[in-house]
Amino acid sequence: MAKVEFDVPEIKEFVEVPKIKDGAMAHSSPFVAKPDHQKALGFPGELVENWEDVAIGKMGDLLGKYRSFRVFLDICVKCGACTDKCHYYLGTSDPKNMPVARQDLLRRVYRRYFTLAGKWFPKLVGAVDLNKEVLDEWYTYYHQCSQCRRCSVFCPYGIDTAEISMAAREILDSVGVGQKYCNEIIGKVYKIGNNLGLPEPALLDTLEGLEEDIEDETGVTVKLPLDQEGADILLVTPSADFFAEPHVDGLMGYAKVFHAAGASWTLSSYASEAGNFGMFIGSYQNMREISQRIRKAALDLGVKRIVFGECGHAWRIAYSFLNTLAGPFDFLDKNYPVPQHICEYTYDLIQKGAIKLDKEANDDMVVTYHDSCNVARATRMGDKPGGQFSIPREVIKASCNHFYDMKRDTIHEETFCCGGGGGLLTDDLLELRVKGAYPRMDALRKVVEEHGVTHMAAICAICKSQFSKVYPYYGFTLDQIVSLHQLVSNAIVLKDEQ
Amino acid sequence: MGTISVNGQDVEVDEEGYLANLTEWTKEIGAYMAKADDCELADDHWEIISFLREYYEEYQIAPAVRVLTKAVGKKLGKDKGNSKYLYELFPYGPAKQACKYAGLPKPTGCV
Repeated sequence: MAKVEFDVPEIKEFVEVPKIKDGAMAHSSPFVAKPDHQKALGFPGELVENWEDVAIGKMGDLLGKYRSFRVFLDICVKCGACTDKCHYYLGTSDPKNMPVARQDLLRRVYRRYFTLAGKWFPKLVGAVDLNKEVLDEWYTYYHQCSQCRRCSVFCPYGIDTAEISMAAREILDSVGVGQKYCNEIIGKVYKIGNNLGLPEPALLDTLEGLEEDIEDETGVTVKLPLDQEGADILLVTPSADFFAEPHVDGLMGYAKVFHAAGASWTLSSYASEAGNFGMFIGSYQNMREISQRIRKAALDLGVKRIVFGECGHAWRIAYSFLNTLAGPFDFLDKNYPVPQHICEYTYDLIQKGAIKLDKEANDDMVVTYHDSCNVARATRMGDKPGGQFSIPREVIKASCNHFYDMKRDTIHEETFCCGGGGGLLTDDLLELRVKGAYPRMDALRKVVEEHGVTHMAAICAICKSQFSKVYPYYGFTLDQIVSLHQLVSNAIVLKDEQ
Repeated sequence: MGTISVNGQDVEVDEEGYLANLTEWTKEIGAYMAKADDCELADDHWEIISFLREYYEEYQIAPAVRVLTKAVGKKLGKDKGNSKYLYELFPYGPAKQACKYAGLPKPTGCV
């Protein structure tokens, strides 16, 4: 619990674009993965001897595989549109946290080894040799990108810095320099089934405890079934939902919704994790292996539908990549989205009048909603454009009387990252996380002042944990972050009471 | 990795000061770790720490915050069975800080 000393950004009338402070975050690097963490994922345990060749070889490999990666490295015209769009730049003032500068860390090496001009006239085109200093800088600054893709919304060419940062991390892993937080966690998924390392007996005990709690609170018996063969729906949710606050309140909300709808559903101890940190480290292989667990669980349990709980990047993978990673899902019921988001599921029931919500149950709260970056910018919900923005809000509005949105340029596709996404939710990056939360905290402060907002709802495990950690730095309290389905949980009228 | 020396015994800890080998844990080590964080462990803290160790013994993981608050509430009375009480004892978060003094590994993931 080492105390970290740093200045917390001050909230002013407007978010000011800060003057640059060279090297302001050069000291911020996450712990490096141990050899055991690396090897479990198929990466070298430590920096390999011929790492320069391996790194350039890997870069070449990625350039060949992903056309987008090469285009993004070639196409930037340095227009500057992205420079003030990154929450980490706004919060830290470090110029290398401007998206264009972050991309350039890789781009200048790309130019040196893969472009004619860079091979012959490196100085003229800003090309540099790959050396240890460059590698270290990659490690430092590609772990100051939460892969939120806000910058890509504003880039006239749509350059996706997240893809560049994923490639950089993949190259780093390939030479033996991985990040402890992500890689240790992926190892736990392979060994135990989830990011938390929660074994089946502990999961079962936790779920039984939650059933007791719901019964105590409501007088209604609501089940949270585990590994129930023949259930209709498999719920895949982040393991934080079994463990952390306010996540667990959301989980109880899903259970109550399933109960009220009379659905047959189950969790799986084998696929007890929706999150997939393989994406954060840019590793297709690991991403695929983790995704395959969901397929196997669905087949083994014989379910007809898969529903995802509140997890931002899980929904990106589920919505955008799951079919190619672990498909085809031709064994699932085609009358429903494959897979479906829990918000879509609940929204659908509300539309049909199949569940009843008593909004007054949340009258002690004035709520706003934080769009999680992966949901906002990489997915959709429902069958209409912008459903990923409207459906969660409709569910909230059906559950409580008092809802206000934050400023337009901080929500929807322009939403700001919580500051802890993309594999950065670790205590060794606390300074970065606190500073990166600044634009969101500023927007929240404004709705608190203008509309008396008391709580912010989110649908991502990382966002929820990040906010409960950084809130106190900005004068908020831990319990002011809530799960979206926590609001549903408070409001839902359960069958036995009707 | 590093080591800390407690009563002449050298024990290995990770970068964040969590015990590397959980069988090496003693009360003295827990108290030493807390002291390094400017935290003096009183009976209230020890009650939580021993519950964590018992739970870990059975389930190989620290209990969820809710499981912990419920157990505390049952044992020590309802006024203590809430996360506010636990955060007062362990301001860096009951899961992480209390686990450290109990010699348990840090919970990982989106928590």
